[in-house]
Amino acid sequence: MMPAEQIKSPVNSRPMAHSDLVVTLLREPGNAAGFSTSEWDLLVRQARHADVMGQLHARLSDAGQLGNLPEAARRHLDTAWNLSQRHRLAVRWELLGIANTLAPLNIPVVLLKGAAYYAAGRMAARGRLFTDVDILVPKAALDSVERIFIRSGWVPTHLNAYDQRYYRQWMHELPPMQHARRGTLIDIHHTLLPPTTGVNCDAAALIAAAQPLEDAELAAFKVLAPSDMLLHSATHLFYGEFDRGLRELVDLDQLIRELGTEPDFWAATVDRARQLDLLNPLHHAVRYTHLLLGTPIPDVVLRAPLDPTIDAIRQRLLDALFLRAFRPDHVSCNDAATRLARWLAFVRSHWLRMPVHLLVPHLFYKAVIAPRKEAAGA
Amino acid sequence: MILAQIPASELRTRLARGHLALQVGPFRFRVTSPLASVSEGLATLYPDFELVAEDEFIDFHVSVTPPAGVRRWIRPQANFSFDGRVPFKPLPADQAMPMLEWGLNWVISNHAHQYLMLHAAVVERNGRAMILPAPPGSGKSTLCAGLVNRDWRLLSDELTLIRLTDGLVVPISRPVSLKNRSIEIVRGLGRHVVVGTPCADTGKGTVAHMRPPTDSVRRMAEPARPAWVVFPQFIQNGEPTCEARGKSTAFVELVHNAFNYNLLGLAGFNALSGLVDACDVHRITYGSLEQAYTAIDALTGE
Repeated sequence: MMPAEQIKSPVNSRPMAHSDLVVTLLREPGNAAGFSTSEWDLLVRQARHADVMGQLHARLSDAGQLGNLPEAARRHLDTAWNLSQRHRLAVRWELLGIANTLAPLNIPVVLLKGAAYYAAGRMAARGRLFTDVDILVPKAALDSVERIFIRSGWVPTHLNAYDQRYYRQWMHELPPMQHARRGTLIDIHHTLLPPTTGVNCDAAALIAAAQPLEDAELAAFKVLAPSDMLLHSATHLFYGEFDRGLRELVDLDQLIRELGTEPDFWAATVDRARQLDLLNPLHHAVRYTHLLLGTPIPDVVLRAPLDPTIDAIRQRLLDALFLRAFRPDHVSCNDAATRLARWLAFVRSHWLRMPVHLLVPHLFYKAVIAPRKEAAGA
Repeated sequence: MILAQIPASELRTRLARGHLALQVGPFRFRVTSPLASVSEGLATLYPDFELVAEDEFIDFHVSVTPPAGVRRWIRPQANFSFDGRVPFKPLPADQAMPMLEWGLNWVISNHAHQYLMLHAAVVERNGRAMILPAPPGSGKSTLCAGLVNRDWRLLSDELTLIRLTDGLVVPISRPVSLKNRSIEIVRGLGRHVVVGTPCADTGKGTVAHMRPPTDSVRRMAEPARPAWVVFPQFIQNGEPTCEARGKSTAFVELVHNAFNYNLLGLAGFNALSGLVDACDVHRITYGSLEQAYTAIDALTGE
């Protein structure tokens, strides 16, 4: 068992190239004055491509460091911050519309991810952009939810028969729907993970434990209880495709910094993870937020592998993969090893999400048949 | 130091190796391209622009490069990329220079949200700016080229940047984009007018760019207060007309011409209503540049 101090420099990952500036600054926002003008140039580019510029602004603002930025860099961060403020308004407007749409059904509607961070006033929402609204509804209500959205001007995407069947048969959500006029996207989930992962995560228990919002205008919605919110975000990241890996890690970092200070949070979260079969993503979440972003995690949680199937050798392999896959998706961090790591993280997500007898036909369809159909249709 | 001060061979090398950065209005661009047409295009269209020193902060890093694979040699293409991301499909390599111009427009209009951005030409005289918003095909760029070859200063041909803090128009005096017949018309404006190599068969027909006047480029750091909004419409063999427009109509039309009005929310509303309040608004139609000049001189009291 490695003490927490030692895992800060995992043996198997070469020290990250000095070029991961945005990660360095997110970890230690108090050091903003220590970067040269040309480092700021690279920092802004990495932050933009990793989609964390607004979050970086929030972190620097908290640290009282905004005055220490070169003016030109400050302008880009300020613009990102203003854009995130505008996104908050847009998300609120969207939520009010969704609340209206779903009101006749009288079912519990749980917000997930970004919209939940916003509605619950979480720190993780600060500076963040929102690409869609994710909701969780009871599986039994799925058909009526879909119908009522269609009646209210939402249009299903992924209209081809294969994708429709893929979502409906194997996935934990309906094919995303888009509002015909506003162009906004909604993901309607009935559980947190595709049933095909084999993870038996009890959605009814999550909905039962969900908490009301203080914001009276958003009373139609609930959000996951604190431990569940962290577990879901961890699950989304570590079973996901890693296309916005760093941004999601920053979400986790903020959730932990805010929620982790509550007494009993960690004991409750580990218990809940065991109950929901989500110890594996929780293990990854605490390890990589701590290693990369310096997120404070109690020693007792860090020391023992939360997932007992991860032995020392597997841990080294996972570190080699993830520590690279979390690098900002920017040309300055695009060496062959990092590209390979991102690809492997993507492959891993599919591997985890589907058993081989489903995965192989699916990938064959996506790689060979779908492009031909698209070409024939074009 | 300005771009014209570097010899052509050095320009080509610096451009290919990523050592060329320009101050373009309030933005700094690093441009990288191994293509001779881009190097020549910059020498023709951007000679008076200031170079940015090597270790300075750069706002936007862009490149125009041949794609990997066979399209480097067979029916060669060019890709525009913004810091490693490729927002458009590739174009034939001989359109590399217009592609750079369109790419710069895209980068600015998608990122410079510290401004209210209007799709409009804007020119200035005696410290007062005239904004010329109009859809493509209305003759806005031709009129803009005509005005800046009289005694107006070019602030921008495509993108009017309204600073949110004080409502002033911030110049970005880039080359003026010309299409089809307007290329010949602008060439005929005088011997001092420089128009780059035309590219035939682009998505917009034949396109070419006019070099911005030296004085406009030198004074790019001087913003101007908006005084007029004029919606121009060229009508072949048409009679010249000039009518005042209501401010509310103008407001709505400008909302449609803005790139980021919605995105700016209240700040966008305040900037645009301030602009409309401060400006005389007119619509002019004309069958020749001379008619347009007459109408504009009358409007501005010259």
